[in-house]
Amino acid sequence: MYKATVIIKTRPDILDPQGKAAEQGAKLLGFTNVSKTRIGKYVEFFVNSSNRSDAESEVKEYSEKLLSNPIMEDFEFELEEVNEA
Amino acid sequence: MKPKFGIVEFPGSNCDHDAYYAVKKVLGYDAEFLWHKETSIKNSDVIILPGGFSYGDYLRTGAIAQFSPVMEEVVNFANNGGIVIGICNGFQVLLELGLLPGVMIQNEKLKFICKDVFLKVNNRETTFTNKIDKEIIKIPIAHGEGNYFADDETLKSLKANNQIVFEYVNENGDVDEKSNPNGSKLNIAGIINKQGNVLGMMPHPERACDSILGNTDGQQIFNSIVSSLELV
Repeated sequence: MYKATVIIKTRPDILDPQGKAAEQGAKLLGFTNVSKTRIGKYVEFFVNSSNRSDAESEVKEYSEKLLSNPIMEDFEFELEEVNEA
Repeated sequence: MKPKFGIVEFPGSNCDHDAYYAVKKVLGYDAEFLWHKETSIKNSDVIILPGGFSYGDYLRTGAIAQFSPVMEEVVNFANNGGIVIGICNGFQVLLELGLLPGVMIQNEKLKFICKDVFLKVNNRETTFTNKIDKEIIKIPIAHGEGNYFADDETLKSLKANNQIVFEYVNENGDVDEKSNPNGSKLNIAGIINKQGNVLGMMPHPERACDSILGNTDGQQIFNSIVSSLELV
């Protein structure tokens, strides 16, 4: 059994209105050192698989097909072996 | 026989009944709802993917709807030349499916916008526009994520192939930044695929059909579709 954590980021050349709005809020709060805020997604789930490479390809396929849209997002993931979900 | 519009209903669709009302009650064509769990499009001549918030717009707009059982048939239908029109959320589903190029991101100013806009009809020879009798039409928009994005190469090819059917303009037909409600690249409001049988548009033609609402410009889009069916 593996636990996967996937991080999905908006590609650098794509406008991120959410990040921009959050940063405006940050400025209002006085965080003057903060810049280039980008908001993405964090997804975690378990994969019932006995070997790492199978688990990896499943996470990759799930991320490519559904969790992210390759036109505007990149993703990265980590896999951790666990005893049970 | 009357042409039949199949209107797909996802959990969270909310313009399905408006579309049904427009094509059936106002325009007098045949219409039937297609629940997302069905596996047949029931001999529809045209498929409408309506507006709304399918699956709560979770993950990304239209992302989960693309895998609904009925969509497999819709994709087959489109790939075989069947006419498909995606309105608002339906447009977002078509983008996620890859039946149309590009993606939709949040409106530049983050606001949900609900108002009438002017559209320039760039190409009046398509399946969806052949009965439009003027260059500029007025249709309402209602969306929070209608900011069309595609890379420069895709935009170039959309332009070269005359696929940008509707552009946001002002009353005089000028394509300028001020008339762009959401930050869309090239003021894009609606595009067709290369084959010309699939249209995605953010504005809602079904909300501009009944004369009691004071604007019937949307009728011409549905009438165009029917007239192109008759030509086949």
